[in-house]
Amino acid sequence: MTLYIVEGLLWGLVAALALAAAVRGRILFREGVREGAMDFLRLLPKVLIGVVGSGFIAAIMPPEIIARWLGPDSGFLGVLIGVVGGALSPGGPVVGFSISAAALKSGAGAPQVIAYMTAWALFALQRFFLWELPIMPRGLVLARLIASLPLPFLVAGAAMLLGRP
Amino acid sequence: MRRKRKPFDWSTAGILAVMSTAAAAVYFRDGRDRFLEILFHDLRLFADVLAKVAAGCLIGAFLARLMPRELVAKWIGAESGLMGLLIATLLGAVLPGGPVTIYPIASAFLVVGADVGATIAFITSWTLLGYTRALVWEIPFFGLEFVLWRTLLSTPLPIIAGLLARFLIRTVAPHWEGRP
Repeated sequence: MTLYIVEGLLWGLVAALALAAAVRGRILFREGVREGAMDFLRLLPKVLIGVVGSGFIAAIMPPEIIARWLGPDSGFLGVLIGVVGGALSPGGPVVGFSISAAALKSGAGAPQVIAYMTAWALFALQRFFLWELPIMPRGLVLARLIASLPLPFLVAGAAMLLGRP
Repeated sequence: MRRKRKPFDWSTAGILAVMSTAAAAVYFRDGRDRFLEILFHDLRLFADVLAKVAAGCLIGAFLARLMPRELVAKWIGAESGLMGLLIATLLGAVLPGGPVTIYPIASAFLVVGADVGATIAFITSWTLLGYTRALVWEIPFFGLEFVLWRTLLSTPLPIIAGLLARFLIRTVAPHWEGRP
C-alpha cells in the first residue's frame, strides 16, 4: 500500500516537472527525458548487483558477531564501530543501504545502524574522491568534513534517548 | 558538467566480487534451495525498485534544468544567516539526483555568491534527508516507520553542520570566502 503512494508521488512529480519543462521548450523537455533515461540505464546494473547481492550478504553475515558488536546493548562502543564502519564502507547507496539493512536483520540495534548509515552518507569515500574533491573548493570540503564529525553521534544519541525507531 | 565515465568501474567490479562471493558461500553452505529462495526474493525487490529509480532519475534531470540558480543563490547568500541555512536544508532535501547533479549545483551556488555554511548545509541535507534517496532506496530495504524516524532525527543535522562550519571558518580562516 505505502509502496503505491510513494510511486504515485514520484511519478506525479515527474509529470509536473515534465510539463514545466515542456512549457519552457521542446528541447529542454527532450534533454531532460534523455538525460533521465541515460542515468537510469547507467544505474541499472549497479542496482541489480546491489539489491540481489544484499540478500546474500545478509545471509552470510554472522548474526552473533553483529549482535555482539552492533546489537542494542552495544551502546556507545557499538555506535563508534558503526561510525567507523560507515565511513570506511565503499560504494553507492545500494551498498550502504543493503549492508545496513542486512545488519539490522541480523540483530544490530537501530541507533547503531543509524550511526552507520549517517557516517556512510556523510563520509562515503568513493563519492568524496570521485565527486566532491574534484568539484568543490578544498577549504569547503575540509570544513564540511570537520563540521560533520559530531553528526552521526548526535543522531544515534537522539535515537537512543527516544528509544525510536 | 558531466564527467566522462571511466572505461572500467572498479567500485562496481569490487562490489560484484563481494556479492558473488557471498552468493557462492550461501550456495555451498546452505544448499541450492536456500540460494534460489534468496535470489528470487531479491529479484522481486529489484523489480519493485525499478520504477522508482526511473522516476528519481527523471526528476533529477528535469529539476537540474528548471531550477532558478541565481534566485536560489540570493536566498542562501553570505548574509543569509539562519534563514539561509534553513532554506539550504530544505533545498537539499527536495532536490533529487545523485552526486552527478548535487556537487555541480553546490558549486554553482558558490559561484553565484552562496555562503559556505549554507552550501555545507545543502550538501549535508542532500546526503541525510534527500527524499528521492529515501523513497527509492531506503523504504524498500527498511520500511516506512524506520525511515520516517531516521529522517526526523536527522532533520536538525544539516543546520548544525552549517553553523559549525561557519564558526570554524570564522575562527580559523576569517578572510576565506570559499570561492572555487
